[in-house]
Amino acid sequence: MEKIGVFVCHCGSNIAATVDVSRVVAAALTEPGVVHAEDYPYMCSEAGQAKIAAAIKEKSLTSLVVCSCSPRMHEETFRAAAKKAGINPYMVEIANIREHCSWIHKDMEEATAKAIVLARAAIQKVHRNVPLFPGESLVTKRALVIGGGIAGIQTALDIADAGYKVDIVEKTPSIGGRMSQLDKTFPTLDCSACILTPKMVDAAAHPNITIYTYSEVEKVSGFVGDFTVEIRKKARFVDANACTGCGVCQEKCPSKKAMSEFNRGLSTRSAIYTPFAQAIPNVPVIDTEACIKMKTGKCGLCQKVCQAGAIHYDQKDEMITEKYGAIIVATGFDVIQLDAYDEYAYSQSKDVITSLELERIMNAAGPTKGHLERLSDGKAPKHIVFIQCVGSRCDDHRGKSYCSKICCMYTAKHAMLIRDKYPDVKVTVFYIDVRTPGKNFDEFYRRAVEEYGVEYIKGQVGKVLPQPDGSLLVRGSDLIDNRQITVEADMVVLAAAIEPEKSVRKLATMLTASIDTNNFLTEAHPKLRPVESPTAGVFLSGVCQGPKDIPETVAQAGAAAVKAIGLLAKDKLLTNPCTAQCNTLLCNGCSTCENVCPYGAISYDDQEVNDHGKRETRRVASVNNALCQGCGACTVACPSGAMDLQGFSNRQLIAEVDAICR
Amino acid sequence: MKTVDEIREISGVNPYKCMKCGKCSASCPSYAEMDIKPHQFVSYVQRGEIEALTASRSLEKCLSCFACIERCPRSVEPARLIDAARQLVVRRRGETMLSPDEIPALAESDAPPQLLVSAFRRYRR
Repeated sequence: MEKIGVFVCHCGSNIAATVDVSRVVAAALTEPGVVHAEDYPYMCSEAGQAKIAAAIKEKSLTSLVVCSCSPRMHEETFRAAAKKAGINPYMVEIANIREHCSWIHKDMEEATAKAIVLARAAIQKVHRNVPLFPGESLVTKRALVIGGGIAGIQTALDIADAGYKVDIVEKTPSIGGRMSQLDKTFPTLDCSACILTPKMVDAAAHPNITIYTYSEVEKVSGFVGDFTVEIRKKARFVDANACTGCGVCQEKCPSKKAMSEFNRGLSTRSAIYTPFAQAIPNVPVIDTEACIKMKTGKCGLCQKVCQAGAIHYDQKDEMITEKYGAIIVATGFDVIQLDAYDEYAYSQSKDVITSLELERIMNAAGPTKGHLERLSDGKAPKHIVFIQCVGSRCDDHRGKSYCSKICCMYTAKHAMLIRDKYPDVKVTVFYIDVRTPGKNFDEFYRRAVEEYGVEYIKGQVGKVLPQPDGSLLVRGSDLIDNRQITVEADMVVLAAAIEPEKSVRKLATMLTASIDTNNFLTEAHPKLRPVESPTAGVFLSGVCQGPKDIPETVAQAGAAAVKAIGLLAKDKLLTNPCTAQCNTLLCNGCSTCENVCPYGAISYDDQEVNDHGKRETRRVASVNNALCQGCGACTVACPSGAMDLQGFSNRQLIAEVDAICR
Repeated sequence: MKTVDEIREISGVNPYKCMKCGKCSASCPSYAEMDIKPHQFVSYVQRGEIEALTASRSLEKCLSCFACIERCPRSVEPARLIDAARQLVVRRRGETMLSPDEIPALAESDAPPQLLVSAFRRYRR
């Protein structure tokens, strides 16, 4: 016979102000099997836990029900207390009388009645609890970082410095990411390349880091501590070991009309190319769609001029399979397409550009060698208009609902840099709100206004009208002066919203990591577990989790690294014993559970079954307990009732329902 | 029903979604002629000053070009609110729609022809 102890927490006044805890105690004592019940202001406190321990000893309790907050909050606390007092931790049940009861009710009578019912359900459940024992799994001491931007580089460096092996998979030909495209960085205005390239070099030179560029993750299987990942190393058509990076192939390549991705399509590049001069690795790739040899079979000039003999037109994609203990996603962002925003004339005028395009124009290695000029006629602009929130904070079908967070700051940066270098250029910024929280951020923006004479107008732009003479009429609201204004500009810069890199959707599916409606990866807890995915062993670094600037990205990259290191430092992991189990006698081999399992934890094999003395071989389900996350989808889907979830068995759940309906 | 709720019901617009960016007023071709500007229209509805709206010249000056509907980033779409205020005026006269007999008089008034077009667009449904 179970001896159940019931402990009712006041949670200060959180519970006790709405629930009459003494009546919950009294009601619990009338339930069969309950030999002890008491209440206390803070059950989770050391004194509260001591009361639990004392009761276990005194009354020889076999199981516990704690009526308190959500199990998400303190289930672990009370399980640990039970374990310390000699009871299997899985003999503890929590009745959530805070979030599910006191916080959502106002009437004490109703709330108390509900708390009593919730306690009764938990008591009925715990009657059917059985001791459970976690299993163990080994940890592969190697991490995978997906994405080679500043987030991925920083995470990899931190993990590598802690002594673990890290692989970076980057889909473009070079690491560096978006940051490598930026000219200067706020709020200190140091040159982006000057602070990024040393980190790129460090990552490339680190003995613990392996970099796979021009590569993509193709398949992920396994579980926390023991992932198996297949990586496709796309054919570069250049032998990375032989190539000396001399660059002669790029010079001699006759096909020079491909759009430069790095310069956002504002300049052209050769068919064999490295994205930028400081690329790591400094090994070119051949763009098969632009290469004359690939298209017609004739040419082969790069192969002829390559002193190292590094060029192989017959190179094939290579598949790499590697095991990892932890995976960090650092896939970053891109700016949105502006096709839907034709009122800003982005597709009609070359002089309407995005802020990222302006970064390239301002950059000494960019399409205009750093000279600020109109892309249509090469003339120096006299009046530049910046338009904020293009596609951000939109509640319509066109844009993104969120604030892209970085635009206010980079626009202040652009405005200031332009006014500094070209003092006779007028700069006007149309804004809805200027959002500059952050260390030295608002001061930075104020400097643009107060010291650099940048004109800020509160109001959105309704229309940009390209004129026959090449100028741009910008019609906007000036809400502070309550007027509609039209300004004549010769260049318009759009602060286009940022969005997660497109490939992240596919990747999230492979990792069974959840994403939100905007394709940002979801964190395990928005405040307390911001760098962990709800999927164990998967961590989040940088903008893939939500909009953030470089300082925040680097901080989060370090945090993700620490979480990964914490995992890699363990030799073994305890697995959650609340997993599905198949009763092979009942299993009819239908595969329904295998199809609904989101974690790929169920497989079918032939097993010998002893069906009441009759031995036969049947095709039945078996659960990989290390992969199973205990979601229970299979137990619901199973038509024959063979699947059951330990700790949440069908018997337990029905007993709870019966107790509530009594 | 309160007049504010009536405007909300007719227009199907939640005026509190407005983030006061002013893109509607930036887009409005009749801005100069309006006494209550498109972005202010939203504020008037928020504050419940409906009488001022129904008396406003803007009801006639709005061309129903729908540029503000097209461009509003928050789906507040002031032209819908203006149209709802017009509808309110018609309802107060005890009617739900324009009678064809009224059209010649309206057409001869100095109201912009777009006003009629807008009315037909709306009442056709």
